[in-house]
Amino acid sequence: MSRIFVVGWGAVSPAGWNVTALRQALDKGEPLPVQTIKRPGWEDPLQVRLVPAPSVRPVILAHPRLRRTSPITHYAAAAAFEAVAGLQTHSDAILGRLGLIVCLQTGCVQYSCRFFDETLKNPATASPLVFPETVYAAPASHVSALLENVILTYSLVGDGSAFLQGVSVGVQWLQDNRVDACLVIGAEETNWIIADALRHFDRHAIATAGAGALCLCRETKHSSGVELAAITDSHAYSARQARKQAAAAMRHQLGNSSPEELLCDGLGNGLRTDEAERAAWWDWRGPRLSPKRILGEGLMALAAWQCVAACDAVATGRVPGASVSLVGSNQQAIGARFVRACFGRPRFSAGQSVGNSPS
Amino acid sequence: MLFPLLPSSANPPRVVITGAGIVTALGIGWKINAGGFRSGKVAFRTVSQFDVSRQRVKTAAEVDLPAVLPPTRLGPRSLARIDRAGAMLVLAALEAWQQAGWESAENLPLVLGTTAGGMQLGEDYFRQAMQQPQQHHQQATRAIHYQPQVQARMVLDALGFSGPTTIISNACASGGNAIGHAWDLIRSSQAERVVAGGYDALGQMVFSGFDSLQTLSPTFCRPFDARRDGLTLGEGAAVVTLETLDSARRRDAFILGELIGYGTSIDRHHLTQPHPQGSTTLRVMRETCATTHIMPQDIDYINAHGTGTVLNDRSEAFAISEWAGHRAATLPVSSTKASIGHLLGAAGAVEAVVCLMTLREQWLPPQIRFETPDLACKFSIVHHPQEARVNIVLSNSFGFGGSNATLILRRWA
Repeated sequence: MSRIFVVGWGAVSPAGWNVTALRQALDKGEPLPVQTIKRPGWEDPLQVRLVPAPSVRPVILAHPRLRRTSPITHYAAAAAFEAVAGLQTHSDAILGRLGLIVCLQTGCVQYSCRFFDETLKNPATASPLVFPETVYAAPASHVSALLENVILTYSLVGDGSAFLQGVSVGVQWLQDNRVDACLVIGAEETNWIIADALRHFDRHAIATAGAGALCLCRETKHSSGVELAAITDSHAYSARQARKQAAAAMRHQLGNSSPEELLCDGLGNGLRTDEAERAAWWDWRGPRLSPKRILGEGLMALAAWQCVAACDAVATGRVPGASVSLVGSNQQAIGARFVRACFGRPRFSAGQSVGNSPS
Repeated sequence: MLFPLLPSSANPPRVVITGAGIVTALGIGWKINAGGFRSGKVAFRTVSQFDVSRQRVKTAAEVDLPAVLPPTRLGPRSLARIDRAGAMLVLAALEAWQQAGWESAENLPLVLGTTAGGMQLGEDYFRQAMQQPQQHHQQATRAIHYQPQVQARMVLDALGFSGPTTIISNACASGGNAIGHAWDLIRSSQAERVVAGGYDALGQMVFSGFDSLQTLSPTFCRPFDARRDGLTLGEGAAVVTLETLDSARRRDAFILGELIGYGTSIDRHHLTQPHPQGSTTLRVMRETCATTHIMPQDIDYINAHGTGTVLNDRSEAFAISEWAGHRAATLPVSSTKASIGHLLGAAGAVEAVVCLMTLREQWLPPQIRFETPDLACKFSIVHHPQEARVNIVLSNSFGFGGSNATLILRRWA
């Protein structure tokens, strides 16, 4: 069995264009200020949390390939470069084969709305420059071009839980020795239609945007001190298993960690939307971090930020381990656990329970 | 657990296909599609799903869906909410499921490829939000059901199984990637059986998008023809059931064919244009054949991606010609997009099922309107119906963004 280490992580969020900004916002623990955007046909604006303009524009955004791209690609690219920065110190790794998995829920909504609006007005003048950027696979294509050593790419679509599915696909590629490192990105952008749609399910939800990225590898020497300990099964919602049952099954499989460990959950302020996850973790007594309450509903980006926050907390020595709970909106529940890397024998093996399962 | 993983076996299991379902503009089901592909029937007509009066091109390959879906485990409420793409997906999945003889199960993975999911519902949401901004009727349902994972859940509920769903959206390679990923799951011992496929319905935004790029043919789709002038869009779905050979033998299942190879790569040349010399296509074909221990002379037919655009077909023709070497002169190649159009996220899956048909029934699908080969083609295009000895076939799929997928299938006799 291969051990999987986290090489680095990156984040673009309403807090700013790097992990430091994310960490500071989460440490402060206060919801970030909201902005408003106009919804066509409404007097009242919608509340969102937008990604601020970067104080220093990342150099990669000047790449010609990004000239006409939408914000989601900018977020994904910036998070990707921050996550692979750890590889830069290892010339063998940076020149190696890189896998790329980009996970999205709503994807390229800004250009999709713009292009469809143009189509409805007059298809003869709908912009051929905009249409290609509406495709789910566009961010992965651009990031692949920027990184240059990407040899394998998937774009995965799903609810937020699909981010950990992406991580598990990356782990498989690493284990099969198809790649030397694998970058997994969760990214979203937002606009009025996303903010409008969210209101149908949670009146308190505040749409936000950004990206989070994890870079994984097998090599101890590339580790930043964080090791992937477990990813639960994917507990899919179906007629045979309701969301609440799936969340409970995920929690049961993840087990109870030691009380010093951190839980990064996906709770916001929604009574109905949070019910399944709240029930699954009702007896959690350890420290808990709920990025959604501070950053907003970032869908796939939120799932990625949860994982980034977990890795960052472990790497900075604040906790010995951190669990991530992804109870997706309409697909599945998956959990994961990251721990401080132990550079001796592997501490976990296939089929072994990670924590102490609740009795 | 998805991690830690059990170690992959040193001898990965053989993977066979025991069920296949297909929905295209030629019809619904294996039999009618096999008849159409075998004769090279063409299924294009003026688009009726949305207004094309102001479009440059007005034709596509539309599916005629039944007014009522055949009985499944979906209740009236779910059936009332199912959209066009979801209906095609469920129809294809139902056919594959019944053919395989599988029964309800837990932890059975579903891997799907799509580019747009339920985009028509997304379009409806946008229209209503813009035109009737105070009207919210059905908007919540649209916001949920346009998402591909919700359509995947329809398949679980319709057929009565549960398990992880993975949605790959590698543009027009998605269907091939989905079947290939299912193959990976079985070969790495993460699953013994997997349901996989691809689906996409025609939508106004995507149609207008391809039209804006001027990649739609104003005449007719003729891949690899020197006079080709673009692609024609289609819609449809295909689903296959894959399982280990041991699993199929244990239950004495009827085997349609064996999936023996899968490769994928990324062409970083351009978002919408393949490398002019097809270098990435060449690499993925070579690597897939190398890992499968297959040589060009072993391949009896290639179902090409062959969209009918100038750039794609030239790039693919260079790659196939280079890869095949001396074998090219006698290598039969065709693109079934000449019959049913480009099915985007469904294309790779539908074309895999067409490959199964050629293996089962020993014929090659012709492009009957093909006339003059592009100079880059060193191979022969199948352009009239013909029976043939077909043991191993290769199917190519390429997508916007540069994702490539190659599948290799073998006859089960």
